[in-house]
This record gives sequence, C-alpha cells and structure tokens, in this order.
Amino acid sequence: MTMERRLVIEPLTRIEGHARITIHRDRQGLVQEARLQVLERRGFEQFCLGRPFTEMPALTARICGICPVSHQLAAAAAGDQLLALEPPPAARRLRSLLALAQIIQSHALAFFHLSSPDLLLGWETPPERRHLFGLIAAEPELARAGIRLRQFGQDAIEAVAGQSIHGAWAVPGGGLHSLRVDGRDRIRDALPQARLDARFGLERYKQVLDRGGLADLEAIVSLKSLFLGLVGPEGQWCVQGGALRLIEADGRLQADQRPAGDYGQLLAEAEEPWSLMTFPYVRALGYPRGLYRVGPLARLNVCNQIGTAWAASELAEYRQRNGRIVLNAFASHQARLVEIVACLEAIEQLLEDPELLDPLVRHRASLNRLEAVGMGEAPRGTLFHHYRVNPDGLLEHVNLLVATGQNNLAMNRTITALARHHLDGLGTASIPEALLNRIEAGIRAFDPCLSCATHAAGQMALQVQLFDADGSLLAERRR
Amino acid sequence: MSGSGVKEGGVRLQIDGRALQVAEGSSLLQACHAAGISVPTLCFVEGLSVVGACRLCLVSVAGQPRPLAACTTAVGAGMVVETRNATLALLRQLGLELLFQEGNHVCAFCVASGSCELQSLAQQLGVDHLRYPAQRQQRRVDASHPRFLLDHNVCILCSRCVRVCAEIEGAQVWELAERGSATRLVAGLDQPWGSVDGCTSCGKCVQLCPTGALADKAWTTGERQVDASVAARLRPTRLEPVRLPAGWDTPDGMP
Repeated sequence: MTMERRLVIEPLTRIEGHARITIHRDRQGLVQEARLQVLERRGFEQFCLGRPFTEMPALTARICGICPVSHQLAAAAAGDQLLALEPPPAARRLRSLLALAQIIQSHALAFFHLSSPDLLLGWETPPERRHLFGLIAAEPELARAGIRLRQFGQDAIEAVAGQSIHGAWAVPGGGLHSLRVDGRDRIRDALPQARLDARFGLERYKQVLDRGGLADLEAIVSLKSLFLGLVGPEGQWCVQGGALRLIEADGRLQADQRPAGDYGQLLAEAEEPWSLMTFPYVRALGYPRGLYRVGPLARLNVCNQIGTAWAASELAEYRQRNGRIVLNAFASHQARLVEIVACLEAIEQLLEDPELLDPLVRHRASLNRLEAVGMGEAPRGTLFHHYRVNPDGLLEHVNLLVATGQNNLAMNRTITALARHHLDGLGTASIPEALLNRIEAGIRAFDPCLSCATHAAGQMALQVQLFDADGSLLAERRR
Repeated sequence: MSGSGVKEGGVRLQIDGRALQVAEGSSLLQACHAAGISVPTLCFVEGLSVVGACRLCLVSVAGQPRPLAACTTAVGAGMVVETRNATLALLRQLGLELLFQEGNHVCAFCVASGSCELQSLAQQLGVDHLRYPAQRQQRRVDASHPRFLLDHNVCILCSRCVRVCAEIEGAQVWELAERGSATRLVAGLDQPWGSVDGCTSCGKCVQLCPTGALADKAWTTGERQVDASVAARLRPTRLEPVRLPAGWDTPDGMP
C-alpha cells in the first residue's frame, strides 16, 4: 500500500507532455507492471458544465492544437442530434473533408517528424542526434515531404474553416459558410505534390521494413486486444459519418453498425488510483480483459476495404506483410502512411463532387433532444462527445472519450512487455539506455497526445522509475 | 463645429488644443463627438440616458483635481479639456483590466468574439495582460428565455439593457440588483428571464449589449450580429407623436 500512496501524490504526474513511467517489480524481482502516467484530464468536462451546447465545437477545439478539428466535428455532430436534424449534403461533405485533412496533417507530423528519427536513423542512435534536426541532416528530402504534407492538410482545413488551427467552422446543424471555388481549386492544385510526398514516405518506410528494421520488437509489442473504429455501411474504411465496429483479436465481430449513442453499451471506463486518465474497456468482457485499441491500426483492422484504388492496393500490401488483423503496435507507422493515401484519394473524390460547393451548409432548429453522442475518427482514433443538456440547452453532463485515453490500457501493456524484455533476468536494479529508447518508441507508436508536447528537437521528456515490491525506488533515469 | 458658424448661446471651450463652440447643456462627450474626437466608452449609447458607469470616457479638465467622466460632465465656458495623456491611458487600461478581472471573459468560444466592444477596446488600448489575478467567480447562464440567453460571466454591468428596456421599449424587465462587487443583472425582480411576463422578446437589449452577455440562442461562436444604433433610431418614436407625411393614407378610423 505504501507504493500506491507514494505514486498518487507525486506532483510530477501533473506535468503535461512529460511521460512518467513507473515500473513495479514483484517479490521475485520480475517486472509485474509498468505504468504510463500522463495528465490527460485538464478539467474540460467540468468547465463545460452550465455552458450552452452551441459553444461546444469552439470550446472543445481548444483542447488541442494538433487535432482541434476532430473535437469540433464531434461536438457539432452531437449538436446536430440535440437539434434532431441532419446537416445539408454540402456540410456533411465539408466536414468529411476537414476530418480527412486533419488526419493527413497529424499523421504527417507523427510519421515524418516524430517517428522517422527513430525509424530511419535507428533506435540505437544517441538521442542527441536522433531527432528532427538529425533527420533533416540525414534525409532532407523526407523531412521536406513531411512538412509539405502537413501543410497540405493545414491548407485544406484553412480553405474550409477559414483558419488552420481552431477555425470555428463546424456548428450544430452544419457549418458556417460554404466552400468557395478558389478554395476548392487551391486544394486540388496541391494534390499532385501531396501524392508524390506520400509515395516517397511509403517507399522509404518499406525499405526500412525490408531491411528488417523493426523485426526484433514485433513479437514483444504484439498485443492481443479488441479493435474499435468507424466503418461505412459496407464495412469500408471511414472517418466521418460511419457506424461503430468492434472486432476481437482474431477478427470476429463483437459489434457492428452501431450508432454513436450505443457507445455506453459497448464501452465502460475503469479508474486506477495512480492515474488521472481513465481506462476504457469493452463492457461485455469486463476490466481489464476488455482491452481494446483505436487509431490507425484499429481502423485498418476493422475495415473490410478502402474504397479507392491506390489505398486499396497499399492496404493489401500492408495486410500481406502484417496479417489480416495486425496486433503489432509498430505497424501503426505503416498504417498511418496507408491512411494518408486513403485520405488524399478521398479528398480527391470529394473535390469532384458537385454538391461540395452547394451554398446551403446549415440547417436550423431549436433544441429538440436532451441527450446526444457525437463521434468521428480523430487521427489517433475514435472520439466520442457525450452531452446531456437541460431543457434550456445548458450542459448538465459532458463525457469526452478521447483516443489516447482509449489506448491507455494498451500503452501500459506495451510498456510492460518492453520492460519485461529488458529488465527480467538483468540481475541488477538499473534502467538500461536501451529500455528508455524502446519505451519512447513504444509510446510513440500510439502517437499519444503527449507526443505533441515533445520538444521541437524531437526528444521525448522521459522519466522512468523502477520500484521493488515494497514500493522503494531502486533506480531512476531521466531524459 | 470648430471654425464653422458660431451658434448663438453656444459654449466656447478647448478640447485637445482645439477651440470649439457647442450647444449649452451638451456633455463633454457630445462635444468630443461633435468635434470628431473619439473617446472610448462602454456604457454610453446614443439615444439612452447617461449613467457614467464604465469610467472609460475619463478626460482631464484643467483646474479639476481628478479626471471626470465625459459623458456625465456638462460643458462649461472656457473649459480646457484633454482626452489623451499618460494618466488617462493608464486609467482606461486599468478600468478595462478590472472588467476582465471581475468576469470570466474567454473570447475563444464567445458568441461576440469579433464584434465585442470590450474585446475591441482592449485591443485598441493595449490591454494584453491583467495586473491583478482574475477572480474566476462562479457565474451562471440564464437560458430560460426561448430565444435569448443571459451569460452573467461576461456581463460588465453597463446597464445599457436596463436603460433601453425602460426608456425605449417601456417594458422595464431589467434591473441591477445588489451592491458593489455583488451587483448583478436581474430580470423581473430576479426571476428566470423566460418567466418574466413583461418581456416582449423585442431583443433590443441583445442589440445593445457591448459583450456577448445577452445573446441570441441561435448564435454560435463569433456569430453575433448586432446594431447598437437601434436606440438612437427608435428614440424619436418614443418622445414625439407619430406624424405621417402629408398625402399618406391612414387606415379608416385612425386619426
């Protein structure tokens, strides 16, 4: 018990963007559990209470500068349901466009700038050189491609929403204004270069895979879990407006074509005294057996196919390499690249859709329902906004179930597996540098929100502590 | 006005070094406006009575020991007035800061962002931080009215709503209750706005609100569109009998 008391009061758990990992040994000196402690709750749910639901798209967009669009869209979707209406066709298309562009820019950042230094320079490269600037020196073209892809996503968001970060465009009932022809053309003109950049990233990454660059870790980080994501009516890959599909590690369907409102039936949240993040799990299987994952890996696992040609062939190759249901967390990197392709092609299709420019982008109504769940695929996974309002439209209950939270259990399991691999049988109570590197890579594979707070130099602020069964600190390393 | 025809019975004074002549009984603020000199205000609205609540229109008058509110000070013969100097700039900044410090003003998701007089003045007067910590008081939102809502978090107690409702609409729904820092806007002697029978739902208070405190429920972030000139335009209709222009038909039975 002393151990628990000691961990809960540590003020360092409150440092946002600073990963604090505690590793706990049992009486035999073997790793029992590793815990990632991140401040995920900033009180957003609390200070939304009493506010009008119409403010939620702009309010919740402020949660993050990396995926503000995802929160805005989930909040607007919940707002649509409170008004009991469906937005006009143009608004639905523009929301999809925003969601796709958001995924491109976030995945580009995650792959090209945050993960590439590990993947391409090698995890054993000293952290002083294994960062974005090291990558720029070693692979300037790849770094440029990443910057351009990210810019493509940001520019597309700006064309629709008026500004690339925190543009409050999506509102209950649709969006604020229609897309202008010149905005559409700007996105269209940038597409060919974006395709080239995505292709370059994919080719470069496949070379790493072909060299067996990740093979040593695949077995360690392969984790049996369920997977949750949105799919279209035919089970196809989808990021906006789809329905929930939940599959088991062997691919069997747990639930399919379920609306957002069913999330509470499918999922539940457990709490642990040592973390401010909740531990969501699949309700039917209980905690912690109902471990599930969301995000790029999950989305490619749950979908039957991707509806565009190039992405479909990349998905086929990805599955050939990794299997139909991919359990290895490091495959998320390739999954992100496949999704960038899928997003680019989906945007291309949307730009050809004559309804995209329709001036009617908003339906109006007054409050018609008191409870709603909005959802969508954020870059890091399925995002839920659950609101309950009073008859005046003021929020009485808010639950935001975010991707990083849903991957919490899986991240802890992954770090535990890495800690066991590196520490068990080591004999001494020390934390080897290699473990620090592997933990960093293990966390980054999930691209959790704390990665957006890592330094520009790309080095993740890490603190790893090793405790024995009595709760006494055996070793500590910081970076 | 300066340099143009001298009016009989006018008062001569000097503002910012310019010699002016304005009608007797004018306020210093009216004199400034007439001379095209802009003075920041939040509680003043053309067409309503003046209350001198916001203290932003402070000006220095030679011979006076402290600055005076231009909206409530009548012009006097030979006055030498300054609307801009370091002391006034500091006082105005402080006045604005105290408004921000007292309420919970978050532009990021406010309906009035982009059309807010408080926000705009803060930008103009260079208020980019607060000298004193924000109070972060818990305040409510009254959304009981079917069309409008009152967000106490951003109400700066300018009383424009109180005055327009009483002086133009004649409904007298709004009042300021309590005293000092506890002062707050109440509807119908402190009832939920939606249950006040006297409210005609005309929306003039919403049009005149300098912040997003009174807002249309249909607005989302940054969507507020208001026109504060409504008071000045409607004022004549409340003071004088309506006279139709010659030749206009009147319905049968009407004078």
